[in-house]
Amino acid sequence: MIILGQIAAFIVQCGRSVLQGRTLYWAWLGFLAVIITLGIVTYIHQFNVGLISTRMRDQVSWGFYIGNFTFLVGVAAAAVMLVIPAYVYNWKPIKEVVILGEMLAISAIVMAELFVTVDVGRPDRLWHLIPGLGTLNLPTSLLAWDVVALSFYLLLNVAIVTYMLFSLHRGVKPNMAVFVPLVLISIPAAICIHTVTAFLYNGFPAREFWNSAILAPRFLASAFCSGPAVLVVLMQSLRKFTRFDIPNEAIFKIAELMAYAMFVNLFLLGAEVFKEYYSDTEHLNHMLYMFTGLEGSTAIVPWMWISVFCSVAAFAIFLIPGARTNIPTLNIGCVLIFIGVYLEKGMGLVIPGMTPDTLGEIYEYSPSGSELLISLGILGLGSLIMTLLVKISIPIMLDE
Amino acid sequence: MSRDVTRRQFLCIVAGCAAAAATGCSDFTHTALFRDNFRDLSPAELKDILADLEKKHSATYGKQVTVGATPALDGVEFGYALDLSRCIGCRRCVRGCVEENNQSRDPQVQWIRVLEMDSEHGINLEHSDPYYDAEKVPEDGKFYMPIACQQCRNAPCVKSCPVGATWQEPDGIVVIDYDWCIGCRCCMASCPYGARHFNWGRPSIPADDMNPATHYLGNRPRPKGVVEKCTFCVQRVRKGLYPKCVEVCPVGARKFGNLLDPNSEIRYVLDNKRVVVLKSEQNTQPRFYYFFG
Repeated sequence: MIILGQIAAFIVQCGRSVLQGRTLYWAWLGFLAVIITLGIVTYIHQFNVGLISTRMRDQVSWGFYIGNFTFLVGVAAAAVMLVIPAYVYNWKPIKEVVILGEMLAISAIVMAELFVTVDVGRPDRLWHLIPGLGTLNLPTSLLAWDVVALSFYLLLNVAIVTYMLFSLHRGVKPNMAVFVPLVLISIPAAICIHTVTAFLYNGFPAREFWNSAILAPRFLASAFCSGPAVLVVLMQSLRKFTRFDIPNEAIFKIAELMAYAMFVNLFLLGAEVFKEYYSDTEHLNHMLYMFTGLEGSTAIVPWMWISVFCSVAAFAIFLIPGARTNIPTLNIGCVLIFIGVYLEKGMGLVIPGMTPDTLGEIYEYSPSGSELLISLGILGLGSLIMTLLVKISIPIMLDE
Repeated sequence: MSRDVTRRQFLCIVAGCAAAAATGCSDFTHTALFRDNFRDLSPAELKDILADLEKKHSATYGKQVTVGATPALDGVEFGYALDLSRCIGCRRCVRGCVEENNQSRDPQVQWIRVLEMDSEHGINLEHSDPYYDAEKVPEDGKFYMPIACQQCRNAPCVKSCPVGATWQEPDGIVVIDYDWCIGCRCCMASCPYGARHFNWGRPSIPADDMNPATHYLGNRPRPKGVVEKCTFCVQRVRKGLYPKCVEVCPVGARKFGNLLDPNSEIRYVLDNKRVVVLKSEQNTQPRFYYFFG
C-alpha cells in the first residue's frame, strides 16, 4: 500500500513538473505542438491516399523516412554507449550523464519506430509483428530481428530511467544490485540495435552498395560522432538553465572520444571509396550517383558534398585540442558533425543504395513536402518527449 | 494455448466485440483487419473468407467474381524459359499480364518489365532502357529482354519478409498474402530483379476490364499499401492453362511447363538448348531461364 502511495505521489510530482515552467518553456512546447499537429494532419492525408503522397516509387522504394530511422537508431545507440567512458573515468556527474543518455535513447527510439510506422503501407497490420498474435519471421528476416532488438532496448531504457527517478523521488538510494546490471546490459544492447540495423541493409546482396562487410562498423563509428554531439549540446544547456553542475572536463572528455570516432568514421568511408573507385566495376555507379551524379541525375550530389565538408571540418576542429576545449568552437564542431552524419546516414545511405535500381534504372528521388512535414512532426514529437523527460527528472535529480 | 485455433477467436473477443454492438462481431472480424495469415487458416475459415471476398468484389465490379484457392498439384514444379532470339519487344505480354492479373491501371502497375538492350553491350542492365517506343520495334542494333518474378528456389524476398506474408508454394510459385503483407517493402529491397511492385496509391481497375476469374494468392483485386508480383498466373496454371504471357506472345518466345515431367516443353528446352539464369552470382536459383533459340 505504501508503494502505491509513493507511485501516486511520483506521478503527481511528474505532472506538477511538466505544468510549471517559464515563458521560454511554454513557447518551446507551443512550437512543438504546432509542428506535431502539422505532421499529424499530413499523416492523415497520407494514410488516406497511400504512400503515393511521397516521392518513393518501385525504383527507390525506401527514402527519407527510412533514412531518418537509421540515423535515429544511431543516436539512440550512441547516447547509451557514452555510459562506458562515464564509468571508466569515474566522472562525478555520472548519474546525470547516464540518465540523460538513457532519456535521449528513449526519445530517439520512439522517433525511429514512428518513422518505420509512417513508412509501412499497412500500419493497421503492424500487429502481425507481435509474436503470438502475428508471425514474426525469425530467424531469417532482419527486420524481424530489428523489431525485437529495438523493442527490448526501449523497454530496458524506460525501466532504467523510471527506476532511477522513482528511487530518487522516494529519497532512496537506487539499489545498485538492480541498477548496475541493467545499465551494463544496456551497453551491449546499444551496440546490438545499431548493428542489427546495419545488418538489415547489409543483408541485401541485391544492393551492392549496402552489401559491404564494413557497413556495421561504419554505422557504429558514425553513431559515435552524432550521438555524443547531441549530448554535448544538451549538457551545456542543462547547466545553463538549471543548477546542474556539469564540469568542463566531462564535456571535453566526450569531445576527445568523438575525435577518435570521427577519425575511424572518415577512415572507413575512405576505405569504401577506394575500393569502389579503384575496382571501377558496375557497382561504382551508386557512388558515382552520390558524388558526381549519373547520366545527368545530380539531385543528391550537393547534399553529399555538404556532408563530406561538414564531417572533415568537424574532424579538423576536434583534432586540435585547443579547438575542442573551447566551448564556441566545440559547439560549431558538434553542429557540423551532426549535419554531416545526418546527411550521410539519412540520405546518403538509402538513396544511392537504390539508385540505380536493380535493373539499372535511375529514378531521381527527393522527399516530397508531405514526407518532410510528417518527418518534422515526428522529430517534434521526439523533442517533446525529451523535453518532458528532462523537465520531470531535473527537480528529482536536484532533490528540489 | 494452441495458436491455430485461438488466434482469430482471441481477436474476435478482444477487438471484434468492442465493435460488435455497432456492426456485429462476425461481420467486423471477417474484414481483412482481423484475417489470419493464409497458411494458418482452417478450411472452414478459408471457405468463409473466399465467400466474403466473392460477395464484396462482385458488388464492386458488378459481375460474378470468383475467388479460388486451388492448391498446388502433386508432382508439379513449374518452370519458364524465354527465347531472347525471338522476343521482338512488342510488350503484348505486359498488356496481357495487366489484363489477366487485374493490375492497377491508375496508378499503373506492371509485373513484366521489358528492357531494350544494345546488341553492342550484350545483356547489360546498366545500359538497358525500359521506356523505349514499342511502336518502332524491333529496332536495329537492339534486342529485348522481358523480366518478371524469377520464382527463385532460394528467394531473398521470402527470407526478408518480417511477417511471413510471402512464401514458396510446393509447385515453386512464390506467392503473397495481400491481407497479411504490412507493406514494409523489405522484399522489394531484397529482390535482385525489380520484380516486386508496391501499391503506392489505391489500385483501380475499370469494372468492364476486370477479370472475374481470380485466385486468393494471385490476381484478386489488391488493397493499397501492399506488394504484388508475377505468380506465373497461379489462377490459370493450376488448372492446366498456360500463363497469359505465354498465350499472347506473337512470336512464341515463351515456354512453360512442369519441370518434373520429362515430356514437358520446359524440359525439352533445358535438355536441348543452352540456358542462362539472370544474376546467377546472387544464388537465387531462378525457375525462369533465358535461352537463345
